[in-house]
Amino acid sequence: MEGMTLIAIISIITAGVTIALGSIGPALGEGRAVSTALSSLAQQPDAASTITRTLFVGLAMIESIAIYCLVISMILIFANPFWNHVIAQATGK
Amino acid sequence: MRLTPDELVFWRYGFLVLNSTIVTTWVLMLVMTVGSWLITRKLVTEVHISRWQGFLEIVVTTIQKQIKEVGLHHPERYLGFLGTLFLFIAVSNLCAIIPGYEAPTGSLSTTSALAISVFVAVPFFGIEEQGLGGYLKSYLKPTWIMLPFNIISELSRTFALAIRLFGNIMSGTMIVGILLTITPLIFPDFMYLLGLLTGMVQAYIFSILATVYIAAATRTRAE
Repeated sequence: MEGMTLIAIISIITAGVTIALGSIGPALGEGRAVSTALSSLAQQPDAASTITRTLFVGLAMIESIAIYCLVISMILIFANPFWNHVIAQATGK
Repeated sequence: MRLTPDELVFWRYGFLVLNSTIVTTWVLMLVMTVGSWLITRKLVTEVHISRWQGFLEIVVTTIQKQIKEVGLHHPERYLGFLGTLFLFIAVSNLCAIIPGYEAPTGSLSTTSALAISVFVAVPFFGIEEQGLGGYLKSYLKPTWIMLPFNIISELSRTFALAIRLFGNIMSGTMIVGILLTITPLIFPDFMYLLGLLTGMVQAYIFSILATVYIAAATRTRAE
């Protein structure tokens, strides 16, 4: 298999696997965070604003892991540097 | 497919490039500055104030209250920096309603610039509050072995701030673009709404994280 085909195959498979595996962890983490926040809201409703704000900040930090994986996947599919390099070589020849 | 608004170039001269990010940022800055100057030209303290002044008062007092709740005891000192962060990111994400508009926060240059300004502001406020020696000593807490880890955590949270905002906004616009080629008309609208919501949430998150970092740097050891 030549270079171009190999790069394309591996990029596409890796992009899919990255986002698939990379969203499992954050989803589980966010589920636990929200359930703990809900139970503490039920125990102390007058601390609602503090709990809600802390919950949102925590969710954003957990979400950023999934965003890192999404950015890598997008780069692999749409702005793949190795693919562009190989295309430039092929059209330059 | 265009990944960031950096790729839309209006004018180029040597290595100076005028791309969509720069133009949009300057237009937003102009609109916000001129708008607030027009509103605050004649401030009144009677019972009956104009609608725009009331709106600006709500915005400013809410941001001040949030800064105070996080733990900074003199919110007026930090209101300029933190309020600007929140308002700039919020307005630039909210203007996605305008057709043909590309959010400048969807470009890694803008978000890196904002993250670097937070990275510079945290030692600045820390030294202003605690003096140079006191601030540098805070890197040795809880033990001096933690010094490299504290430095690494400073750098990595700057990086995380930039990538978080960039990833959220860029993926929001890209998802809408992809959906438009698959199922146009109804389904992209939901992703668009989700994009507006995440834009506001990310603006809030960015400014709250900046507030928390500054509060951690200016916390006096006397308490």
